Amino acid sequence: MTFALLIEQLLNGVQLGVMLFLMAAGLTLIFGVMGLINLAHGSLYMVGAFACASVAALTGSFWLGLVASLAAAAAAGALIEITVIRRLYQRDHLDQVLATFALILIFSEGTRWLFGSFPLYLDIPPLLQGAVGLPGGAQYPVYRLAIILAGALVAFGLYALISKTRLGMRIRAGESDREMIAALGVDIRTLYTLVFALGAALAGLAGAMVGALQSVQVGMGEPVLILAFVVIVIGGIGSIKGALVGALLVGSVDTLGRFLLPQALALMVPPDQAGLIGGALASMLIYILMAIILAVKPRGLFPAQA
Amino acid sequence: MKTFLKAATLTLTLGASSLAMAEPVKIGLITTLSGGGAGLGVDTRDGFMLAIKQSGNKDITVITEDDAQKPELAVQIADKMIQSDKVDILTGIVWSNLLMAVVPGAVAQGKIYVSTNAAPAALAGEKCDPLYFNAAYQNDNLHEAMGEYANKVYKKMFIMAPNYPAGKDSLTGFKRYYKGELANEVYTKVGQTDYAAEIAQIRASGADAAFVFLPGGMGIAFMKQYAQSGVKIPVIGPGFSFSQDVLPAIGDAALGAKASGQWAKDLDNAANKKFVPAFQAEYGRLPSIYAVQAYDAAQLILAAASKASVKDVKAFTTELSKADIQSPRGKFKFNTNRHPIQDIYLTEVVKDNGTLTNKIVEKIFTDHGDAYAKDCKK
Repeated sequence: MTFALLIEQLLNGVQLGVMLFLMAAGLTLIFGVMGLINLAHGSLYMVGAFACASVAALTGSFWLGLVASLAAAAAAGALIEITVIRRLYQRDHLDQVLATFALILIFSEGTRWLFGSFPLYLDIPPLLQGAVGLPGGAQYPVYRLAIILAGALVAFGLYALISKTRLGMRIRAGESDREMIAALGVDIRTLYTLVFALGAALAGLAGAMVGALQSVQVGMGEPVLILAFVVIVIGGIGSIKGALVGALLVGSVDTLGRFLLPQALALMVPPDQAGLIGGALASMLIYILMAIILAVKPRGLFPAQA
Repeated sequence: MKTFLKAATLTLTLGASSLAMAEPVKIGLITTLSGGGAGLGVDTRDGFMLAIKQSGNKDITVITEDDAQKPELAVQIADKMIQSDKVDILTGIVWSNLLMAVVPGAVAQGKIYVSTNAAPAALAGEKCDPLYFNAAYQNDNLHEAMGEYANKVYKKMFIMAPNYPAGKDSLTGFKRYYKGELANEVYTKVGQTDYAAEIAQIRASGADAAFVFLPGGMGIAFMKQYAQSGVKIPVIGPGFSFSQDVLPAIGDAALGAKASGQWAKDLDNAANKKFVPAFQAEYGRLPSIYAVQAYDAAQLILAAASKASVKDVKAFTTELSKADIQSPRGKFKFNTNRHPIQDIYLTEVVKDNGTLTNKIVEKIFTDHGDAYAKDCKK
């Protein structure tokens, strides 16, 4: 039984990691290519979840909702890139943080104005309902396995896009020298809008998939945003590979910490105390991990630019 | 003769009106209307305003402001309401940490506070105040009731709450009555949204049932994930985990869940039969427990205002403590620490005409007070 529990918790860690990867990939891509800190990334996650929930409620199909979430988040991303973000590339990071923080407030209250203050309902599609048996006697929800699979597909797709296609080549070129690629005749403004919309669509997809597991409500993006920042700082800002490794690391450490720490402490102190101290320590664990990694490798595990 | 009659009628009307309303009353309603917790605040405001509207009382003014669930903002608003708006009574705060920031200062300035929800232990015992009333419950009450219920039905319990003061009060309240074996006691992060690790522990614990206190979005996330996990151990909790504001978002995953509450939609009394349809007609949705609590807080203030002047704080609070109202909860009176003495029921989530709601199963406690009243000497 303990072995089955361990397997289950490891899968939980991977699943949390994959979900964080979808958030962190867009964030790190935008930072890597445009040098922009986008605090409103969590709002795009929320836009994806709300789009999926409302389309699923209207049509009865989660899959249409999923498509809608990609479209809505990408559209919202492109819109704010053209109207607001474009003016921030030349500014320093403080201006970017201020402006994108303002976007968080606008998105949150705008969403409340449209959808009201009560959480929306979004259910898992019938195809992915329930749990399956794993070797060793454990049971695992199908939907969480599907999230792991979707995350792996996105990771592979991003790798192929960036290393094998012309667009990817331009993105890489934009990362290393934006003046030069503009001089070579590449339309850098459209490229930036595209990259921003791609990052936004990934956040929207994460929001829609997670929305079926959690509650679709205003403000749902911000807690995930903080974790996504931890992930990209650990992985090395601007690196997709770093985001993947960082996300899996954070997911596993957080999940296993929540599970193992209270148990380890229970050997030393009474169980109610162990729960309290273990719970508090577990929530600090990923930040301790980040501090240690930054002490050893100040630019993260896979620094993007030399 | 005619003049005399006129004069007499005039005196009578004047007399009657001065009896009905001693003085205009200004109420400051501070509640959460933005951010993730706004659902609770919206219900609080709507419940409160329904009672004011039904009374038709023109001498009552209510000023509403949003605290965004931030203690520092709540304190600023309270100061502004007391100093520049000159309110007589404050009410509406949903969260215990915000209440703790506002109430001591407000009562020190001689303002009356009637709580519509938050009821931290710290203000129920030794540090109680003659100007602080709670129209909802004491924080521990609903958890105590589930402890009592679990005693009868289960032998081994898994218990879980967020790691913050109300979470600790919750498990303390539960353990005050539950005497069986504890499989595990888990504290989660406040605002946590993924419970896979905890659900795996519940599965492995071999408990008969899990007692879970996770208010708002946390509870929605937990219940949806629990339903998908294939774990068959029943989940029970205090009423907040399955209240009307979160049920639509949890969906059918909540069906059959047992919880405790001092009110449910189907409670059989005249006031409740009037309240539920009136709320539905006004706002187009079912009321939650937060709406009922705020409705009663407004009724309490209205009842006191019809008997005494709010400028005479002593007379007004004496009238308030009589609690002369028809509550949708049925029996309602104040304890010596000005917290309610009321019945607490076991409820079950059912589907009624396609809408998820709570139905009363049985009574757990009759005339239940709280553990702190004996320490309140003021």
